[in-house]
Amino acid sequence: MPLPPHLSPQLWQEALTQLRAAVGPDALFTADDDVTLYRDAYSPVWGEAEERQASAAIAPNSTEQVQAVVRIANHFGIPLFPIATGRNLGYGGSASNLSGSVIVDLKRMNRIIEVDDKRHFAIVEPGVSYFDLYRYIQERGLDVWIDVPDPGWGSVMGNALDHGVGHTWSSYRDHFGSHCGLEVVLPDGEVMRTGMGAMTSAKTSGDFRYGFGPYVDGLFAQAGFGIVTRMGIHLMPRPECFLHRRVLAYRRQDIVPLVEVANKLEDAGLIGMPLYESPMFGAQFADKALRDIATAPDVWNGNAIDRYAAEKAMPVWQLGLSFYGPAEVVEAIWRHAQAQFAKAIPGARFETIETLHFPLSPQAEEAALHKVLIGVPNLNIFAIGARSATNPEPADGHLLFSPMVARSGEEVMKAQRLFTEGMREMGADFPMAYGPFTAPFTWMPRIFALTAGLPVSRSDPKVNQRSRETMRRLIELGARHGYGEYRTPPLFQDQVMATYDFNGNALRRFCETLKDAVDPKGIIAPGRGGFWPRAMRKEA
Amino acid sequence: MRWLLLAAILWTSPAMATDAASQGQAIFARNCAPCHGPGIGNPGASQKPGTAALAAKYGGILPALLEERRDLTPELVAFFVRNGATVMAPYRKTEISDAELAALGTYLSRNNPKPSGRKIRKTS
Repeated sequence: MPLPPHLSPQLWQEALTQLRAAVGPDALFTADDDVTLYRDAYSPVWGEAEERQASAAIAPNSTEQVQAVVRIANHFGIPLFPIATGRNLGYGGSASNLSGSVIVDLKRMNRIIEVDDKRHFAIVEPGVSYFDLYRYIQERGLDVWIDVPDPGWGSVMGNALDHGVGHTWSSYRDHFGSHCGLEVVLPDGEVMRTGMGAMTSAKTSGDFRYGFGPYVDGLFAQAGFGIVTRMGIHLMPRPECFLHRRVLAYRRQDIVPLVEVANKLEDAGLIGMPLYESPMFGAQFADKALRDIATAPDVWNGNAIDRYAAEKAMPVWQLGLSFYGPAEVVEAIWRHAQAQFAKAIPGARFETIETLHFPLSPQAEEAALHKVLIGVPNLNIFAIGARSATNPEPADGHLLFSPMVARSGEEVMKAQRLFTEGMREMGADFPMAYGPFTAPFTWMPRIFALTAGLPVSRSDPKVNQRSRETMRRLIELGARHGYGEYRTPPLFQDQVMATYDFNGNALRRFCETLKDAVDPKGIIAPGRGGFWPRAMRKEA
Repeated sequence: MRWLLLAAILWTSPAMATDAASQGQAIFARNCAPCHGPGIGNPGASQKPGTAALAAKYGGILPALLEERRDLTPELVAFFVRNGATVMAPYRKTEISDAELAALGTYLSRNNPKPSGRKIRKTS
């Protein structure tokens, strides 16, 4: 494994001795077999010179131990890269931006400090996964829900700090947006608390996020200004009832009114996450006639799609709607929603998908159709990409391209065409990536993500090279048209940050100024977020 | 008295093995079952992802459910936990310690008449 940059083997050994003393011998990992577990399992540069490899990993179990680790690192000038559970797969996993960093693995800090089911918040340490928090709430019969991302094994805190997202109400599924108060070990080893936690006597750090003065929490997400060791997060009261209903629309252009009505319902607080899909996406791989339509140059006018939809009675779009609340209230909202969609989309049809009343028995919970919509953590998302009857030779993971697209049907169709034709011009043949049936993801409130996965391989560098080149060109293409990435692996963070280019990259330059002031030696995750301390900047 | 002694012998050894297996079962339930357990996946999927993957891989020659396998060894279990496979990422020692991994191996190899296997080597 590589050494930290600019550190002699002798000083490295001295540093390891001090680090070992700080956390105990079982919590410092230096053997290759152990450190290799911190590689990005979905790395698009697996085994190549560009792959970011750690020098060691260390697993403190308290804030005090994190402070000790940071002070030692500061003394020796060793870059640290904190991970919570390191499951940011598709966006970098546990890999650092700089090879030779010491991974600070916070998984052993897994205490649930508090869950309040009257004021609806939790306070957790970094190692608490969604499974852990869910189990804690269930075992105690608490009257709160959590909002979960697709894979439930991730950290509640780590996901929020990566700007991760979930699946219920808008105010909960933006996980950083719903966090409330941080405890942070700063690059000099000092501990700071934000929000009401900054007042020693206050008992409201899980309630009120601002406290007084500048709101600095954003500096600790997708950035290396400190190691977060505790976080509050707002929780949703457990509803009485959940309805999942579906709107079916039979013309390509129907995406325009479909989005408009859904936006209005959601922004008025009447529905949870809208779930857009196109039944034609899967159908095109089973029917050559539909695939031919999808790949024809004139597909974008929608005529052939609409004819096919009419002939087969197959919807072009379907929209899943989630309602949470008292039974009579959600039924009334659903009636209201149907009236709105029927008025805006002639010929729209409606389906009942699921009705659940809470609490669920374990059997009913297991039988629930789409568990993330009701805050039940699971790993079912790994079906995408895993071996199956239709995917007998799976990839070893994926690289995620996630451009942010304005929340309108017109923008969805425009971005579909841009990325489909763009990939065709690149000669990049990933049929699952983009096409006229690509539906927007709505995890992040008030914006669409037109996310696509590019395959990675641990045995075939050509696959990775092709995906990397495609990714770089997609980032460039998207940025030219105003579609910025919201999250990306370390390998692409400099490029993505450069695309946020207003006024000569004023945002990046401001972050660099802050980094130079707070962490001039680049002790905490240098390069994370696509900006570096002066000594590590390319122009330096 | 002889019968009591015999009974003690018969009950002691399985109990010790049961301890490790039962710890392994809890580790399986916590870490592995969300992908490799029974039950449905996301809408349209009749199996969880790991179970569906092994069903596709073995086509019925071996059970798709890991807990029903009779050919697993602790070494094989350890290999997949520490190396992953396709989209399954490896587990670190802070997630599943070496001791927990041994218990998991005991549990998943409990049905194997020859649970000791050869050392597995990485290929990539």
